[in-house]
Amino acid sequence: MAKAKLTPELLKEIYYYMALSRAVDDRMWILNRQGRAPVVYSSNGHEATQVGAVMALNRGEDWIVPYYRDLAMVIAYGETPREIMLHLLGRAADPNSGGRQMPAHWGLKRRHIMTTGSVVATQDVHAAGLALASKVLKDGRVSLASFGEGSTSQGEFHEALNFASVHKLPVIFLNENNGYAISVPARKQMAIMDVAARAQGYGIPGVIVDGNDPIKVYEVTQEAAERARRGEGPTLIEAKTYRFVPHSSDDDDRAYRSREEVAEWKKRDPVMTFEKRLIDEKVMTEDELKAMQQRIKNEVNDATDFAEKAPLPDPNTLGRYVYAE
Amino acid sequence: MAVMSYLEAIRETLRQELRRDSRIIIYGEDVGVRGGVFRVTEGLQKEFGEDRVMDSPLAEAAIIGTAIGAAVNGLRPIPEIQFADFIFPAINQIVQEAARIRYRSNGDFGVPLVIRAPFGGGVHGALYHSQSVEVFFAHVPGLKVVIPGTPYDAKGLLAAAVEDEDPVLYFEHKAAYRSLKGEVPEERYLIPIGKADLKRSGKDISIITYGLMVNYALKAAEALEKEGISAEILDLRSIRPLDVQMILETAKKTGKVLIVHEDNLTGGIGGEISALIAEHALFDLDAPIRRLAGPDVPAMPYSPPLEHAFMITSDKITEAARDLAKF
Amino acid sequence: MAQRELLSGQPVDWQKLKTMYYYMVLSRKLDERMWILNRQGKAAFVISCQGQEGAQVGVALAMDPSVDWITPYYRDLGVVLAFGMTAREVMLGFLAKRDDPSSGGRQMPSHYGLRAKHILTGSSPVTTQVTHAAGLALAMKVRKVPGITASFLGEGSTSQGEFHEALNFASVHKLPLIVVVENNGYAISVPQAHQMSVINVADRASGYGIPGVVVQGSDPLAVYEATVAARERALRGEGPTLIEAKTHRYTPHSSDDDDRSYRPEGELLREKADDPVVMFRNWLTTYQKWDDQQETALLKRVREVVDDATDYAEKAPYPDPSTLLDHVYYSPQV
Repeated sequence: MAKAKLTPELLKEIYYYMALSRAVDDRMWILNRQGRAPVVYSSNGHEATQVGAVMALNRGEDWIVPYYRDLAMVIAYGETPREIMLHLLGRAADPNSGGRQMPAHWGLKRRHIMTTGSVVATQDVHAAGLALASKVLKDGRVSLASFGEGSTSQGEFHEALNFASVHKLPVIFLNENNGYAISVPARKQMAIMDVAARAQGYGIPGVIVDGNDPIKVYEVTQEAAERARRGEGPTLIEAKTYRFVPHSSDDDDRAYRSREEVAEWKKRDPVMTFEKRLIDEKVMTEDELKAMQQRIKNEVNDATDFAEKAPLPDPNTLGRYVYAE
Repeated sequence: MAVMSYLEAIRETLRQELRRDSRIIIYGEDVGVRGGVFRVTEGLQKEFGEDRVMDSPLAEAAIIGTAIGAAVNGLRPIPEIQFADFIFPAINQIVQEAARIRYRSNGDFGVPLVIRAPFGGGVHGALYHSQSVEVFFAHVPGLKVVIPGTPYDAKGLLAAAVEDEDPVLYFEHKAAYRSLKGEVPEERYLIPIGKADLKRSGKDISIITYGLMVNYALKAAEALEKEGISAEILDLRSIRPLDVQMILETAKKTGKVLIVHEDNLTGGIGGEISALIAEHALFDLDAPIRRLAGPDVPAMPYSPPLEHAFMITSDKITEAARDLAKF
Repeated sequence: MAQRELLSGQPVDWQKLKTMYYYMVLSRKLDERMWILNRQGKAAFVISCQGQEGAQVGVALAMDPSVDWITPYYRDLGVVLAFGMTAREVMLGFLAKRDDPSSGGRQMPSHYGLRAKHILTGSSPVTTQVTHAAGLALAMKVRKVPGITASFLGEGSTSQGEFHEALNFASVHKLPLIVVVENNGYAISVPQAHQMSVINVADRASGYGIPGVVVQGSDPLAVYEATVAARERALRGEGPTLIEAKTHRYTPHSSDDDDRSYRPEGELLREKADDPVVMFRNWLTTYQKWDDQQETALLKRVREVVDDATDYAEKAPYPDPSTLLDHVYYSPQV
């Protein structure tokens, strides 16, 4: 893949996906508070990291193995708001799981989004495996696994990085470090400041990037992808970011972090700051912005209506897909 | 037709499959240069190269986890777990990932994967090189569990496992590797997973078993024959799925059922088979169902007298069968 | 090592160094006897410490068995001997006799464990002992008892997730733990280059914010010093240390392995030039603390210990088959 330039079109597209994700996310919380969606996991605050990273990939061709916080990532990767809402509401047509998994357990083969479970860090080894196949098949694809900093304590994080580095696999490990694993702060998770410091133990590059700046994330991911495609092996990227909402709709984060801390991070809200930047740098006019926001609003409304009207799964399908059909 | 050991049959099948399908890769601990600690993969790296037969770091969760990813991404991995006893670090990957991926994605994803692992005791392997772990996986919908009892079956079942679209655990009894020999055709053939095989026809009692125990049961049947007891032997060949039809047929035919496995008694697959027979053929029975299985200790001890006390032997089968026939 | 200077500023405890040498020789000779018994058909299985004695004894003698704990792995004959297990106890386990203190003949040889001597029982799936060791150390910290835990493993085991999980856990909680990687370059047949993409396992320490120390395993004094420093740090509440001892494996993985298929020709010969037992003897001789007479006396003494252990264990009874069902659950009777 030729190195894509940061054209105005690309910048607008990045913003579009970030804003769309935020709008879908906000709507999910409303549906939850209305009692229409039992649980919500958010990407709120992580949009710059998620969108910036996958825009540097060959979307739909390269593989991504996201985790539950990656709403913005899968939207930027081609999962539509309708599909997201079908999943949230557990409808039969949910392409991620036919209503079988909890919301935010992504998986869409059509777009090369690997299916994921709830046990954290299993996706790291899966990404290494996807990349192993790419190496053997010489299909030129890169795989990207994303994960929170908490899951880096899992043995599989280590096993995946070790395996991928020994075999020089085309894989990118993207850590979305938001400082909290549910309620556990990073300092209780690891005895180091930066997850990226672990890269040294595998002889691979470890890159720290401002996770609230989509351009910076885009650039480091692009570099990692090029390195992977050259056959030089994996890269560990640590994007420092923050989640603006509790872990899930069942969590209350007031118990473990101060409102001042949240407010401080919100000053650097990635959607707001990127919007301002595009206007300030005249990439987009106010009118264009308004039009895009209206389009997003329509899309979210459409997706909600569509999913709410969609049928629930037939109980007779309970026994299906235990084995190949 | 060539006479091969159980081990050779597995190796030659792996070779044939690797030649047939370039998507197949084999990896695990020591399977490359060393050819596996039991030499099952000996010579395969030399023939197929390091990309297709490779040594992996020592990390079972990573071996299975990466195999899942590779399977999703267009390969047909045949990972090896060096000893079945070492499969437990990978249980999360097998049970919660491989087995559930199809179901949780509503059929969108599949994991065509064959996990090979030597199991079973009687080889001075003690607690961590002797275990029968099959029933942990037989409990899990989404997995298939295959345990061949002869070189012929080893080939046909392995080829079928490779063709299968779902994760298959293929357990090889260590004591069978070199002790069992038999005729194995050169051409490729498939033995359907889930089909049992009547290894010997009889009229007085039925012995239902699988794996190495099939051979011990056949030996027992010869001894019993001399005493005028005609034993029928059903080789399950896979314990998930079970061949319910054949289990019920043989139970109804003889009315006396002895179930044999090396795996621990409680919670062993014998309990499931007993329940099936009780549910569907109770009134065809002439005696209570009998189970002969490994005792309820966590695993096989090392010291010879303890190991012997644990192991199922053909003598123990003969004795149990004789007892049952007299009922 | 012959050129190596003595510990700077510290008085040399020559008696301790001679004890160190004694345990190295005892480990080597007992190990050699095991192979003979195996080849005679008297023992089903051997797994060896040969080539790693310097690292093993060097660590063990820097510890205090009255308060410290160890979680050894199957190659650690030298560790357990220097930590207090007797040659008789080792041989009882090796021949699977009733009075084997490690497992009463239940486990394969070299699966050491003896509560009274602070040696945690181990299994065969590798690296589980490192998380156990972190747990032992956690208990020491919580209970505020003095002492540290040392966990031993090969470099292959460092690929396991539990290696990472244990080091991460111990470093977050600043546990009194020393993790000793006896890097002999091979995990059965898999060379280090196929195991990891770094030269030194110790490089991984930085990922946990702890010291990572590389020492030459044929230099037991260097291993001893590194362990003393790590132990003091642990006792001060500053957390774990990762020590990597570069060692050699002079035998195949086990008596069931044949290493000719995977070890390059000449490699073993080169490694034998760095034999820890020989190197240490030479070093002691250089400082005129050792001579032929002492060597002869030592070999005689070791020979007696090995003979005694062998005879004792050979004559010892096997377990009674009726004990097969014992110890599945707690029972006050058994």
